Amino acid sequence: MNPVLAAEGLQKSFGAVTAAADISLSFGRDSVTGLIGANGAGKTTFLNMVTGYLKPDRGSIRFDGRELTGRTPREITALGICRSFQIPQLFQSLSVRENLLVAEGIARAERVEEATDALLERFGLAQYAERLAGLLPEGIRKLLDVAMALVAKPTVLLLDEPTSGVAADEKFGIMDVVMGAVRGEGVTVLFVEHDMDIVSRYAGRVVAFYDGRVVADGDPASVLGADAVRRYVIGEEVHAPR
Amino acid sequence: MSRDRTLTALAAASAALLLLAAIAPQWLVFLLALALAKGLVVLGLVLLMRTGLVSFGQGLYFGLGAYAAALLGHRGGIADAALMIAAGTACAAAVAAILGLLLARYRDIFFAMLSLAFSMILYGVLVKSSALGSTDGFNLHAKGVAGVALAAGVERRVFFALSVIAMCGAAWLLHRYLSSHWGRLSEAIRDNELRVEYLGASVYRVVYVNYVAACALAGLGGAFAALAVGHVDPETAYWTTSGEFVFIAILGGTGNVLAPFLAAAIFEGLRTVASQYAPNVWQMTLGFAMLAIIMFLPGGLWTLVSGRRKAA
Repeated sequence: MNPVLAAEGLQKSFGAVTAAADISLSFGRDSVTGLIGANGAGKTTFLNMVTGYLKPDRGSIRFDGRELTGRTPREITALGICRSFQIPQLFQSLSVRENLLVAEGIARAERVEEATDALLERFGLAQYAERLAGLLPEGIRKLLDVAMALVAKPTVLLLDEPTSGVAADEKFGIMDVVMGAVRGEGVTVLFVEHDMDIVSRYAGRVVAFYDGRVVADGDPASVLGADAVRRYVIGEEVHAPR
Repeated sequence: MSRDRTLTALAAASAALLLLAAIAPQWLVFLLALALAKGLVVLGLVLLMRTGLVSFGQGLYFGLGAYAAALLGHRGGIADAALMIAAGTACAAAVAAILGLLLARYRDIFFAMLSLAFSMILYGVLVKSSALGSTDGFNLHAKGVAGVALAAGVERRVFFALSVIAMCGAAWLLHRYLSSHWGRLSEAIRDNELRVEYLGASVYRVVYVNYVAACALAGLGGAFAALAVGHVDPETAYWTTSGEFVFIAILGGTGNVLAPFLAAAIFEGLRTVASQYAPNVWQMTLGFAMLAIIMFLPGGLWTLVSGRRKAA
């Protein structure tokens, strides 16, 4: 496999707290990977280091052979890595359409208005187009957050808890829309998720974090069935065989 | 008010003001000329506020514009109003282009206080400089425009007409800018800088460009104010002058490019009437006016206009 994104020996501490301890991961093109782990396990820290929000204390991150550490979020976005956020980062006083217009304008889309209309349709946001982003329901805010990240047509898309704070019956709907939007586009998707049903359904590979380390990495069935994952990530009581 | 209506209103207001330039009594021409000069400064302030920044130091560029225009005549022997206006605007823009490199890195109270500090430095220099008239300042007298000599008595009317044209041009340009991608991007920065960076745009660059543009407008306003009054002094750069611009911006609101001029005209009118009939308490009158605006019209006076249209 020729990885599009590769992290090697990443370390990050906040005072006495180790958020990432020697994380080494690589991701192939056009793959979907679920990142799981309890709160504080290091998932979001990993995303933040990849996108330049945090600078690792040690280690390197390479994207298509280029070193990412030390680059700003803007530079990393320009290279083709985009992200959504755990708490949707929207322009609250602008309408949904204006949010997308800003994103399309930054991405220098050729036909900004048409591209925005297409995106509104694709994400089922057309009926909300004129509503202020600050007044949207959480599920729609999440969708808009992802739609904005996709405007730049990224090579790697990082989604930080795309369904958190959303009603259970809406979660699959959101993920269907998001995965439908990237399908066939050759996009490498990494998504942080706490809902294992979502992970099983959409991820081709699962990486489990615990205490700043990767404790399991593989296909969903094997990772979600591993004792360490069931004990530390899912929170099940695991008994040793008699 | 829709964009087309804004342009229609701008054209109508400009035509009416040009008519007033010809027929209004001198006192009204003077009052309106000052209002338009301050309106230009506030127009720039509105651009900054739409980007999420409040500057308490626009007096720096207002003063620079006024002094640069005045010095051209006083020291350079040039008495052409067009050149004075160009000099005032260029001087303010050039200084803003340098200071903006630093200021564009700051936000919130730090931006406000740093801009205030720079304006007070200029004030200090002007007050201490006997070559520039110290606290008294000095007079200027423009005798023509673009090579055309002006008859005595009509200069003020011509300068006012020029300020109307400047208002029209600046408001039209800013209206176009705010309606464009860059205008939306400015508002996006006000809402969420982090997201703008993660979408791939440089917040610093947008803030810098908006800052320089706002300061050039302040310099333009300063040059027109100097021509209207015929005198410059350090008060132009004093912090209370900067505060006055913020006052006018809040009075009018940031919803439309016409709001700063409407608010500046009301402000000058209110101050004139208040100082005439309540000379000892006119500041209190303005204070009560501000209190009422903040309590009942937090979006500024312009919401009365835009609100009425929505109701219709």
